[in-house]
Amino acid sequence: MTTNDGPSTWKGTVGDLADDVRPARYRPGHTLPLRVELRRQLLRRRTQVTFALVTLLPVILWIAFELADNGTPTGSVNLVDLAKGSGANFAVFALFASSSFLLVVVVALFFGDTVAAEASWSSLRYLLAAPIPRARLLRQKAVVSGVLSVAALLLLPVVSLVVGALAYGTGDLVSPTGESLTFWTGVGRVLLAALYIAVQLSWVAALALLLSVSTDAPLGAVGGAVTVSIVSQILDQITALEDLRNYLPTHYDGAWAGLLAGQVDWGDMTRGVFSAVCYAAVLGGLAVWQFRRKDVTS
Amino acid sequence: MHRTLRALAAALTLAMVALVVPTGTASAAPASAVRTQEQRIEVAGGPGTTGPVSLDTTLYLPAVTPAPAVLVAHGFGGSKASVDPDARDLAARGFVVLTWSARGFGASTGQISLDDPDHEVADARALVDWLAARPDVTQDGPGDPRVGVTGGSYGGALALLLAGYDRRIDAIAPVITWNDLGQALFPNAATTAPLPSGTPARGAFAPDGVFKRGWAGLFFSAGLGPADPAPNGPDPGAAPAGAAGPVGGSAQGGPALPGGPAPAGEPLTCGRFTTQVCAAYTESATTGRLSPATAALLQRSSPSTVTNRITAPTLLVQGEQDTLFGLDQADANARQIAATGTPVKVLWYGGGHDGGAPDAAVREAIGDWFDFHLAHTGTDPGTGFGYTVQSGVRTNGSAPNSRTVEATGYPGISGAAPVESRRLGLEGPEQVALNPAGGNPAAITSLPGIGGALGSLAGRLTSATAEVPGQSAQFRTAALGEPVLVAGAPRVDVSVARVPGQPAPAEAILFARTFEVAPDGLRTLLGNAVAPFRVAVPADGSPARATVTLPGVVAPVEAGNHLVVSVGTTDQAYASGTEPAVWRIGLSGDAALTVPVVPGEAVTANTVPLLPLIGIAVVLALALLAWIVARIVGRRSAAGTVAAADPGAPPLEIHTLAKTYRGGFSAVKDVSFTVRKGMVLGLLGPNGAGKTTVLRMLMGLIRPTAGTITAFGEPVAPGAPVLARIGAFVEGPGFLPHLSGVDNLRLYWAATGRPAAEAHLDEALRIAGLGASVQRRVGTYSQGMRQRLAIAQAMLGLPELLVLDEPTNGLDPPQIHAMREVLHRYAAGGRTVLISSHLLAEVEQTCTHVVVMHHGEVVADGTVDDIIAGGGAATFGVDAPDRAAAVLSGLAGVHAVSVDGGSVHAELNGTPRASAVRALVTAGVDVASAGPRRRLEDAFLQLVEEDAGTMDAAP
Repeated sequence: MTTNDGPSTWKGTVGDLADDVRPARYRPGHTLPLRVELRRQLLRRRTQVTFALVTLLPVILWIAFELADNGTPTGSVNLVDLAKGSGANFAVFALFASSSFLLVVVVALFFGDTVAAEASWSSLRYLLAAPIPRARLLRQKAVVSGVLSVAALLLLPVVSLVVGALAYGTGDLVSPTGESLTFWTGVGRVLLAALYIAVQLSWVAALALLLSVSTDAPLGAVGGAVTVSIVSQILDQITALEDLRNYLPTHYDGAWAGLLAGQVDWGDMTRGVFSAVCYAAVLGGLAVWQFRRKDVTS
Repeated sequence: MHRTLRALAAALTLAMVALVVPTGTASAAPASAVRTQEQRIEVAGGPGTTGPVSLDTTLYLPAVTPAPAVLVAHGFGGSKASVDPDARDLAARGFVVLTWSARGFGASTGQISLDDPDHEVADARALVDWLAARPDVTQDGPGDPRVGVTGGSYGGALALLLAGYDRRIDAIAPVITWNDLGQALFPNAATTAPLPSGTPARGAFAPDGVFKRGWAGLFFSAGLGPADPAPNGPDPGAAPAGAAGPVGGSAQGGPALPGGPAPAGEPLTCGRFTTQVCAAYTESATTGRLSPATAALLQRSSPSTVTNRITAPTLLVQGEQDTLFGLDQADANARQIAATGTPVKVLWYGGGHDGGAPDAAVREAIGDWFDFHLAHTGTDPGTGFGYTVQSGVRTNGSAPNSRTVEATGYPGISGAAPVESRRLGLEGPEQVALNPAGGNPAAITSLPGIGGALGSLAGRLTSATAEVPGQSAQFRTAALGEPVLVAGAPRVDVSVARVPGQPAPAEAILFARTFEVAPDGLRTLLGNAVAPFRVAVPADGSPARATVTLPGVVAPVEAGNHLVVSVGTTDQAYASGTEPAVWRIGLSGDAALTVPVVPGEAVTANTVPLLPLIGIAVVLALALLAWIVARIVGRRSAAGTVAAADPGAPPLEIHTLAKTYRGGFSAVKDVSFTVRKGMVLGLLGPNGAGKTTVLRMLMGLIRPTAGTITAFGEPVAPGAPVLARIGAFVEGPGFLPHLSGVDNLRLYWAATGRPAAEAHLDEALRIAGLGASVQRRVGTYSQGMRQRLAIAQAMLGLPELLVLDEPTNGLDPPQIHAMREVLHRYAAGGRTVLISSHLLAEVEQTCTHVVVMHHGEVVADGTVDDIIAGGGAATFGVDAPDRAAAVLSGLAGVHAVSVDGGSVHAELNGTPRASAVRALVTAGVDVASAGPRRRLEDAFLQLVEEDAGTMDAAP
């Protein structure tokens, strides 16, 4: 016991303790309101760090571009050269640079940590005993994780667009296929791309949620989801697998590049959304099933 | 959910397949239906050849015959083996396919005549005759099989020539090949004659060109040395699927070795070439000029001689990265063949002799062409024009860097509108360019034979070497206001003059090329190609004027970039001028670069594919349905529990409860007890007795294996509404470490969804007694502080049943004492308290009732007074137990006297203990101690000691 605890009131009156006993007014539909869960998550350091990182990444990229030696022209253009062309191109580069790993980690973090962290703090059992119905707890947490993920996924391109526009102007978006789009069309395409990435990553979200309700270790849930994503990306590199690769959850993760053209190629994006919602539905369903029947012993 | 389950199953299967199937066997399956027959076919040797020539052939038979046939010809330096994958592809599509090694190649005999009409073309006609006699080939008439021809490079020219010489050919698909071999090897891009501008990639095709010595040498060396009959030998010239560049630094490139098929007496330097071809090459390589005899020889091998006779529908595939047979060659073929009304479709793909073999999309287009024009199945591929736009951006596979554009027709032929062009003004004064003696050092723009292998690296390499200082004149456009997609051969008018007093030969050999230059100075050589030209320059110092057709390219030029036309004096791949020269080069005509553009539609399906869309809708609908069903089921079960509520029911009733964890451990076996209103009930037991498991079930955290728990008459289950009437502290505190104590309690209460006014937060905080520390992060709290905060959290809302698990752990004695007070008051107010503890004293001092558990079972149950104090029983520690027993038995009302070692137990039954002691002392018995008999303690200690004994024995 520390001395600065203040005067103990253990012996004091306990006021209403002797009052009439009234049954608690309990309404399951009012438990764990979204704003409460949002507040619980927003006050966490990991949420704040994630948002700070996503906000800072474009600035870091810009600084890196500025520090990098321009060198002698090499005769061929790469994505970094393109990125310096305009704000929209800068945002496209930021998405290219982050979509296959950083954004996966962000989504896996928000969804994988949400239940497992409560379990590791032992606060999960008090929420469940409050009682918050398990399916509702999972739903509210998934909704808040989704809101945070989409916010982070949109924040990155928006900040990139602003940083890019300030640093490289509001010129045309030049796609890797060599087509030019006006700046504002480019802005729309970049935001659409972020939305596609958000939908496509729903499989990561569902997998992370499934792992989150299956383990008490937040790191295991987040790392597990990221690992599966990486393994899928590696398998996707094996061209000998041919059509089998279409079933890999990450196969269409770059399909948003189809937005960077005068005529948008919706084909792969539609297939990507289909693949993602299939995985998300199955894994999300498993997460609910697992959490409802699980013995919470943490 | 079937669909999604199937998707999952597929994914899992895939993951397993990926682990166990060795790569490379996956694609073997479709070809298994194709049968092959190898045979040698004797053909006439032709003029100048002694005896017949034996061709090594393979026939591929599809599953169903008779079927139309396709001849697949290989590229220069290859053999029938190098087109095997393409043959199998076409056979799998249902065609009879015949491949053969051309004379002088592979295991065939004879000498190379460069697709001569009397030799190689005659061989192919003999093969058509052979097909005409086969019943498994569809016949259009007697001796006329239905047959198509395809092939790359050398094979492509054969396809064109055969279609020109043999009217039985029904469709052709020549790939990356020539129209005029003389122009391909001795190009001259400058003309003074007016040049029609109907088609996009028309070359000047002026006579007396500059020798393309790099490619010609590689070509020729591929025919030296012994033929390579190895079945899987590299075939650089095999276009459709073989490796990219034709005659690169492959195995055949070495010096001629004795033992080749060259007849005795012929020079080894002629290899397997006919004497005429060998002589022509030797002359060209030594003089660098095209002699009339060589021109005539190359003319015989040029499809340009027969294009006006081709009636077979023609699919022309040409590469955009091809310094050997550029887009101008395909342009000439298309123009000439279409002039007679023959259907022509043109595809430019992002490869070629300097790039790569056609991709799957092009092979698919070739298959579709034969499907429609030979088998009469499939949709009409039409006579459109498609070209691939490669941005040149290195994306390392992270994003596509090419796209395909389709126009309705190839501009300028078959009634299609002439090509559009943009006029871009050029700036730059007349400049002086030097040609060093010997033409060395020379600019390097292409790397014949290895450009394809180096890929984009070659582009980077050559951009640094494409300009030698002082050797070129450069003219630039203004920065482009809007992006331009160059599709074809740009043109520029130039003037070349002598510089007075400076050396210069009669003719200038110059190389024109186009760069794209970004504002930051980044230069890209369009097409990595140059257009060589030779102009006669008047001796009087007046300029020679000419229109130069630059290399045909497909290049997207960004807005803000400049195009630069550079006219230089040297190029490594060509026979540059060897005499030292100084030329004054300027712009002529309207001083503009004319750039062809072919507007078209991107091939990307901008329509949304229907099946995945339906799939998305089905998955979302199923998810919605599952959610609605879950909600309805949830409502129904909730309604059921409300109906069962009974206001008079005890706060907690546990009946034959049991729990076996996964893994078979039975933590709770058979527990039944009831907690009534106003009780402070102690759940007592040593560690591991199953107390916590009971409490977990009571909180709805785990499901019982058997038995029931009801609270206030309602069954307790995970998430049961009745849990709202129970406040619990089980197995230690659980807080968000990053929040303060008070925030934790506030957010916890907010999470219960109940009104803030019901929380009694202030009372709870007062009970916790944390003072100002409630504003600190919980992460900084001591164990005891967390413990108190957790008890306060359990009391939030003043629940009717308060459940506390080991509540005094970590508390100091005054706090323990204070908590007892609180709990007594709490129960006195009509609420109920359940405490679990492994400390007998705590239960004894705090509780009114006790349930003792051991090994998952209830071993004792009753009031604390009954069980602990044992009613009126007392125990005396004496020196003479037997005498003391006699004395006590004599007292009025005292009974059940028993001796236990140095102690005597007795039921005093109302007699004060003091009286009993006095009686004993009076009787001369020394009394060391006197107190209530602690039967429970005995039993409890016995239990604990059992465990301790077991533990001692264990090691």
